[in-house]
Amino acid sequence: MRRMAGIVLAALLFACIMYAFTFVKTYDYNSSDYYYTDPIEGGKVNETVTGHYIENTKNETGAINAVTAIVVEYRGFDTLGEVTVLFTASTGVSMLLYSLHQRRKRREANLILKEGSKIVLPFILLTGAYIFIHGHLTPGGGFPGGSVIASGFLLMMVAYPKYFLKESRVSITESVAGMIFVLIGMLGLVFASYFLENFLSLGDVGRLFSAGIIPIIYIAIGFKVGAELSGIMNNLKGVEE
Amino acid sequence: MIESIIAWVMALLAFIAAVYAVEAKDLLSSAISVGIASLVVSILFLMLHAPDVAITEASIGAGLTMAIFVYSIGRTERWEK
Repeated sequence: MRRMAGIVLAALLFACIMYAFTFVKTYDYNSSDYYYTDPIEGGKVNETVTGHYIENTKNETGAINAVTAIVVEYRGFDTLGEVTVLFTASTGVSMLLYSLHQRRKRREANLILKEGSKIVLPFILLTGAYIFIHGHLTPGGGFPGGSVIASGFLLMMVAYPKYFLKESRVSITESVAGMIFVLIGMLGLVFASYFLENFLSLGDVGRLFSAGIIPIIYIAIGFKVGAELSGIMNNLKGVEE
Repeated sequence: MIESIIAWVMALLAFIAAVYAVEAKDLLSSAISVGIASLVVSILFLMLHAPDVAITEASIGAGLTMAIFVYSIGRTERWEK
């Protein structure tokens, strides 16, 4: 009885959400002012925070992807905190699981999974690297790119029972990437008077080598997130002896 | 038209997978259906023009979270009491 009531409640909620979805306007490629309309009042907005970001990110930061410009440039200090949170979480997982030296018998994976993962792994790593190197141009950035890389290593761990990452290499990658992030912020303090201020030239907007410190910081974040998530997976699988 | 049909099918799939994940006694299939739900939701994100959220949802929600669940089930018990 109680279970049925729960399912009915979930179905009602689902119906409400789908009814609300019918009011969402789909993207109209012909009208350029879709993103400028106020979702509550319905009129055009230009002088709000959203409007400012959409109008000025390209000139102020040199990044085409406005999300990246906000994450790395306008709210860079928040991102430093986020990376710290992730680092603390992965440290906690390591502390909890490092002492569990379980040597369990693992079944060998079948031939197709083993050979297929060998073929697919470089492409997964390349996709992850592409996502975080082009973070200022195309959708994505350090966090998605790093998690794609970690899922590539996860595939190898699933396919091969004896595949482990070296703990020291993972931690060195993570530490160096984090230090680069903070160091670039400090350089901003020295050269441009603010922490994490962009002190390099913006360059040609739309090129790979543009937008100053944004690609450098996002590459560091990509390495850091990838190393942390792969380290968590490595610890969950069991520690190499 | 076709977009809205795909969106409805995806949303129904996500709903069924979410209800199954709560109701199933087998925790392994429950974890797998959580992964299915989050994969389907990532397709919905892509259709709502949020490709960066879709990438993150697909790799973290469908990949890494499911792996964490599966490893945890391997260290504890598979069947819910």
